[in-house]
This record gives sequence, structure tokens and C-alpha cells, in this order.
Amino acid sequence: MANEWPLWEVFIRSQHGLAHKHVGSLHAADPEMAIRNARDVYTRRNEGVSIWAVRSSDVVASSPGDKEALFEPANSKIYRHPTFFPMPEEVKHL
Amino acid sequence: MGAGIDTAVDTATDAEMDNERRLFDYLLRLGDSPLVLAQRLGEWVGKGPIIEEDLALTNVGLDLIGQARLWLSFAGEVEARYAGKRRDEDQLAFLRDSGEFRNLLLVEQPNGNYGDTTARQFLFDAWHLLVLRALADSADPRVAEIAVKGAKEVAYHVERSGDWIIRLGDGTDESHAKMQAAIDGLWMYTGEMFRADATELALVDAGVAADVRALEAPWRQTVEALLAEATIAVPASGFMQGGRGRGGKQGVHTEHLGHLLAEMQFLPRAYPGARW
Repeated sequence: MANEWPLWEVFIRSQHGLAHKHVGSLHAADPEMAIRNARDVYTRRNEGVSIWAVRSSDVVASSPGDKEALFEPANSKIYRHPTFFPMPEEVKHL
Repeated sequence: MGAGIDTAVDTATDAEMDNERRLFDYLLRLGDSPLVLAQRLGEWVGKGPIIEEDLALTNVGLDLIGQARLWLSFAGEVEARYAGKRRDEDQLAFLRDSGEFRNLLLVEQPNGNYGDTTARQFLFDAWHLLVLRALADSADPRVAEIAVKGAKEVAYHVERSGDWIIRLGDGTDESHAKMQAAIDGLWMYTGEMFRADATELALVDAGVAADVRALEAPWRQTVEALLAEATIAVPASGFMQGGRGRGGKQGVHTEHLGHLLAEMQFLPRAYPGARW
């Protein structure tokens, strides 16, 4: 395992999408190879116009064990959601 | 009508037919090299050193099959114009014997180790890109159109294979030795890439074909610069296979092509007209 190439997370911006979206991961020896491999593994069917690759070890993630502490409090506070305003018909894309 | 007029008409037609025959042969040369190389790359499916490489290499193979289809379809149409029979891309790919194949000797060489495959790919890609770019100015609009489309893909192929030459050549002692051996072993198949026979020269004069004689200098420049970066020595220019007009482009192949075709053509020959 020590000889394995590092893992990278791949983000692709699709033809119409505004933001890069996580599509998966892959192995590569360095940044250049990561982009190239991402191109070959994840954009073979013309899926994207831009690629980001990030070393998986550089991703800071929340712990599943902290789920309640992090996300529960928002559930009970309905006043944090803007659901009490009547929306005019003319306003689109909300 | 007078006999003189008939003769003049026949002569003109014969000359035109000759041009069509040459064009057919030339289109096979353009189509057979990517076709045969794609078959070689397909042999790596499921056996690549890592899955990312496995996918990437066979992607290149699929690009090449796409290009071969365009060239061979066009070849079939050209043949119909003078021969009165029409073979489609599949018939041309699967029902010709090795002596009728016009691919370069380089692309039919066996895969060997990954260094051999990479070296073969790079030497071909560098040539392929130059040819397609030259063909973008072809007097035949269909040839130009196919070449422009292919050149975009091949620009990526040469970057990819070149990158691997550097990684392996300038890698460990073992990968360096293997890459040097791969380049040394394949070098003698590069000579015919820059030889033009009468068929090709007639089409060069007509503005249709690429003049490969003029591509040797830029090819050497690209290859030598990259090999230097990869710390690989450029082999001495010794004996070249397929020189003197008897090579892959004339249908004189190495022993490897027949074996490759046996596998590639088995199914359509054993089950004529088989469909998915």
C-alpha cells in the first residue's frame, strides 16, 4: 500500500452547471496526472468544461458522529427558514 | 462521333480512375494505422497497470477507431466511384487480408511491456499529429474535414504518451532501462513514415496528400527534444524497415499483423453479417 499513488477527489463543472460537482475519486502520482486521469475517467462522454482535483488528504470533513451537534439545532428553528412570506407570482427562480 | 473524340474521352476517364484508385489506397493508409493501433490498445483492456491507465489508454484506442471509421467509410465511397462495388467500413476492416492492409509497420508491433506500448504510441502520435495538421490544408475537402477532427484528439494523445515517456525514462533505473530498450527496438520502424511512393507523390502533386518527406525534420525535433527531457538517448539512424518502397504502406507487413487480424476479424468472418 505504501507504493500506491495518492488518492484525489475530482470535481467537474458540467456544460450547464455553474458550480463544480464532486464526481468521484482516482489515483495519480501528481497534480498533472490527476487532471489527465480525471479527464479520461470522468469526462469521456463530454460531461464537463472544467476539472478540479484535490488531494483527498487535504479535504477537511465533518465527522459523522457530530451529526446531531452540528445539524439538529437547525431543525427545530423554523423561523430560520424564510417560509412565512407570501411570494409574489412574478418572482421567478426561487 | 469521331474516333478521335472517343479516345480523348477515354484517356481523361482513365486518368481520373487512376486518381480515384490512388485516393482509395491513400485513404486505406490513413485509416489502417489507427485501426490496427486501436486493436493493439484494446489488448490492454483489463490488464493496464492501474485502472486509470487502463481507461485512458483504451480511450485513445476508441478515438483511433472513430478516426479509422471515417477514413474507411470514405475509402469505400471512393472505391464505388471507380470499381462499381461498394464496401462499407466494416467490410474493409474485417474482410481484407494482411497483404491488403496499408498501415505502418510500427503500429502492428506487439504491445510488449508498458514502456514498449508507450514508446510505440509516442513515436506514432508525434507523426500522426503532423500528418493530420498537414492534411487540414488538403485540396480534398472531405480529407481536410476528417483530418481537422482527428487532429484535436491526437493533440491530446501525443501530450499523454509524451508525458509517460518522460515519467518512465526519467524514473527509476529499471523504468529508464526499459524505456531505452523500447525506443531502441522500435526505432527501425520509423523510417517508412517519411517515405513517399509514387501513389503518394501523385496525390501530393494534386494537393490532396500530405508530403511526409517534409515532416521528418519537425518530427525529429519533437521526438529528440522529448527524449532529451526523458534522459533517453536518440538511437543512431541505422537500418530502417520498409525502406525502398516495400513496407506497410505497400502491404508488406511483419509477421505480427496476420496474428492481430486473426483475432480482430474472427467474429465477422466466422459469423458473416452478425449483429449486436
